[in-house]
Amino acid sequence: MEIPYAVKPRPDTGLYNAKLGIWLFLASEVMLFGALFSSYILLRVNAEEGTWPHHWLNIWLGMTNTFVLILSSVTVVLGWAALKMNQFKRYKLYQGITILCALVFLCIKSFEYRDKFMHYEVHLKDGRIADGHKQPESTDKVLVLEGRYVASHAELMEGEVHHEAEPRIEIPRDQIASMENYGPWHNTYTAIYFTLTGLHALHVIGGAIVIFAIWGPLAKVWEQDPERYTNRVEVSGLFWHFVDLVWIFLFPVLYLL
Amino acid sequence: MQPTPHDDPHTHESHHAELGFWRKYIFSTDHKIIGLQYGITALLFMFFGFCLMMMMRWQLAYPGKALPVVGTWLYHLLGPEMVGKDAAGHVGVIMPDLYNSFGAMHGTIMVFLAIVPLAFGAFGNFVTPLQIGAPDMAFPRVNMASYQFYFLGGVIMFASFFIPGGAAQSGWTSYSPLATVTNDAQHPNGQTFWIFGMVCLINSSLLGAVNFITTIIQLRAKGLNWMRMPFFVWAQFVTAFLLLLAFPPLEAASVLQLMDNLLHTSFFLPTGLMVSGQPLHISGGGSPLLWQHLFWFLGHPEVYVLILPAMGIVTEIIANNTRKPIWGYRSMVYSVMVIGFLSFIVWAHHMYLTGMGTRIATFFQTTTMMISIPSVIILTALFISLWGASIRINTPMLFALGFLPMFGIGGLTGLPLGFNASDIQLHDTYYVIAHFHYIVAPGTIFALFAGIYFWYPKMTGRFMNEFWGKVHFGLSFLFMNLLFMPMFVQGLEGMSRRMYDGAATYAESGGVVGLSKYIVGLNVPISHAAWALGLAQIPFIINFFYSIKHGRKTGSDNPWEATTLDWQTPTPPPHGNFDKPVEVFRGPYEYSVPNPRRDFIPQNEPSQPEPLTHGNPVRS
Amino acid sequence: MSDTNLTSVTSASVDEHSMEEVRKHVRTYLIVGVALMCGTVLTVWASLIHFDSRAMNIALALLIASTKGFLVAGFFMHLISEKKMIYSVLAFTVFFFAALMILTLWSMGHDSIIQIR
Repeated sequence: MEIPYAVKPRPDTGLYNAKLGIWLFLASEVMLFGALFSSYILLRVNAEEGTWPHHWLNIWLGMTNTFVLILSSVTVVLGWAALKMNQFKRYKLYQGITILCALVFLCIKSFEYRDKFMHYEVHLKDGRIADGHKQPESTDKVLVLEGRYVASHAELMEGEVHHEAEPRIEIPRDQIASMENYGPWHNTYTAIYFTLTGLHALHVIGGAIVIFAIWGPLAKVWEQDPERYTNRVEVSGLFWHFVDLVWIFLFPVLYLL
Repeated sequence: MQPTPHDDPHTHESHHAELGFWRKYIFSTDHKIIGLQYGITALLFMFFGFCLMMMMRWQLAYPGKALPVVGTWLYHLLGPEMVGKDAAGHVGVIMPDLYNSFGAMHGTIMVFLAIVPLAFGAFGNFVTPLQIGAPDMAFPRVNMASYQFYFLGGVIMFASFFIPGGAAQSGWTSYSPLATVTNDAQHPNGQTFWIFGMVCLINSSLLGAVNFITTIIQLRAKGLNWMRMPFFVWAQFVTAFLLLLAFPPLEAASVLQLMDNLLHTSFFLPTGLMVSGQPLHISGGGSPLLWQHLFWFLGHPEVYVLILPAMGIVTEIIANNTRKPIWGYRSMVYSVMVIGFLSFIVWAHHMYLTGMGTRIATFFQTTTMMISIPSVIILTALFISLWGASIRINTPMLFALGFLPMFGIGGLTGLPLGFNASDIQLHDTYYVIAHFHYIVAPGTIFALFAGIYFWYPKMTGRFMNEFWGKVHFGLSFLFMNLLFMPMFVQGLEGMSRRMYDGAATYAESGGVVGLSKYIVGLNVPISHAAWALGLAQIPFIINFFYSIKHGRKTGSDNPWEATTLDWQTPTPPPHGNFDKPVEVFRGPYEYSVPNPRRDFIPQNEPSQPEPLTHGNPVRS
Repeated sequence: MSDTNLTSVTSASVDEHSMEEVRKHVRTYLIVGVALMCGTVLTVWASLIHFDSRAMNIALALLIASTKGFLVAGFFMHLISEKKMIYSVLAFTVFFFAALMILTLWSMGHDSIIQIR
């Protein structure tokens, strides 16, 4: 006996199996990201006054990424609609754009991550604090930063002032008491930022791989069973929309607030 | 609807070539094989977890004495840091770190690698599609993947014992900051393995949950409407929802704790944390309570995951062996749904001593009291089902009957724990251990034994030996009670959990106030009961394997004369289960229906029973 | 009901995604897409306004994000015309997510004696 309702919907629920399956899976994902968002809120609400950073992320890059994902959401659903209207070539085009958008998103995200890892907070032995991006001219003896000196660590919490950076600060390494880059270990904000965006990025990668697999190697299923193929596109599209949905909340929460 | 070329049922199932050994038994997508895989793996882990406990009980009864025979093996396996020498110079004393890792892993293994995979993965997978008249689960390949994740998680957990530093040592609850600062010179350490293991197990459960829910909603046979479903299926359905929605926050928390451990973040580490007198070089700003909330958000629904399938199994067996419908089936269905819902909002009763405000503690206390009501309804309905019944005593029924008062004790002893005020005295004592073990050990595990004895004939066409089954029951029942009942007394006196020397340090001596010698002394009979319980499982293990080839043949596909669809298949059910689509005409427990020929009507039997002409039905 | 040219494939039973309807939906998708882009610009603009209390910025940002989320879920994911089964699952999910967030925050708020500070 073949498994029923794999392609055709069951009359009383109106659903085919994979559609119910993906929604159930998305429900669990809501709980997953929900727990992380709850953690974010908790950590932020309970942070001491003046210890939570603002504007540490580039808003324009974030906004671009938001546009990119929204575009990909549109193309994903247009791709499915094209299949419903029996326009396979058009589907191929739209879905190709979706995959490209995913790659662009990941590129921008990698750039942002790298930026954070190159950004150092340096505590000098004489008590001063330097903060900025490590430059390639740095050597074993001298650390070169594009950044600024601040009077106290608390000043660094407001990132809007980042643009007033001196192009070249030279710090002899033997005068450094400690230095740390803006990785997840730096404070709870960077910790939750990297976790939320990292997990999100993994979902982008996963979703893009599945969409690519259906678009490319598995495209021959369209010839054999168009309805089954369309369902697969719909189901992977639902996952993709969810990924976009999470970013719609991530962007203001991490970049703007 | 016209069948199309694409829907041809003959393309895959009935006429494909015989699968090779690997595809048939190892990389199978058949729910029955996967169920068996889960079952065997889970029983092996249960055995391993039990052995950990038996070793711990030696240390509790005879602190500082070398563990005979096994102690020497441990010494050679794990080295002198884990296994020390006693006063007489004999090797084989379990050191505190090893004791802690045994404790943490006993809990983890029993909950996540033994009970849930057996109750949900094994019984759920094997029985559910059969009971709803489906050819398999909705997503057979996802099913295979979920077993493989489980297996991988199990391997990782098992392997963690053998890495430097040993397995995780911070309790099955893995509280931060202990879980982060223990063994943190070593990376990866047992805790890292534990987290990766948990992530695999969580993913396995999530995939399983999606599969179960979709299967039950979509693949029910024609005529099998919701209120005609066996209670077993309802229980698995609600369990699946619990796993689906409660596990992800723990997965999130695990990722966060992993980052604390490996990347030196401070999600759960507060500012100013000192370890061994030195401040830790972390950013701080985190909260240990956050871990507890995220953990127990899963942790509480998890205990319902442990009990609901057991209730399902017991219900099926009681209906079958009382030869009458379950009393209050509808109430039980509503109750199980309410339990599922409420179980999500009671979790902080595990955290009464963390200093939450009184208002929120009262909230959780209220929901905790509320959830006891549907649990009592279910238990009461099962008890009332016995009234006026023609009770057949066989091994599955003995275990099912034993479950009832044992779960009753376990559940009722939970009430003082659910009240904030009394919990202040009882939290983290042996009372808690006794409470939850009563529910899981003579509770759930008895139900699982019942299930094994009950469904064994469907898998193999043979009964397990009835005499040895009764011996297994009698001895297990006796020793479980001897093992856990004294723990209530110890806990009420204030004996704490997780003490490596069995509270010997806190015993009264020479006028110093402490736990009475009697209380500490109870550790000895308790340990003896534990070892005797272990011995009592030997007949079961032998019976299980021996009966595969030598058990008494059933001579029938439906030897228990059961009404549910799982018994209306060939033995064992073939791939695809039913050769034509099943149609259901009646409810799940049509027993003792007036009928001259027999006292039950299977769910898929269309014909009406012949009307009585006069008097009692005559059996021809 | 012969609403489609795809004779052997589409179900003759209820299928609200017939070719004609899908064509109409395309227009909706494009409008929603544009709305989302505008919403993004709006979010950034709103965040740059300095209110007296930060809470106002937060509320505004979440309001706009929720609206955008609703658009994605409702139209792109077809929730607006989806079956009751899906709705019920999501309703429970949202409830439990809210419970997790609210109860955790409540228990770690100023009532509790243990705080991170």
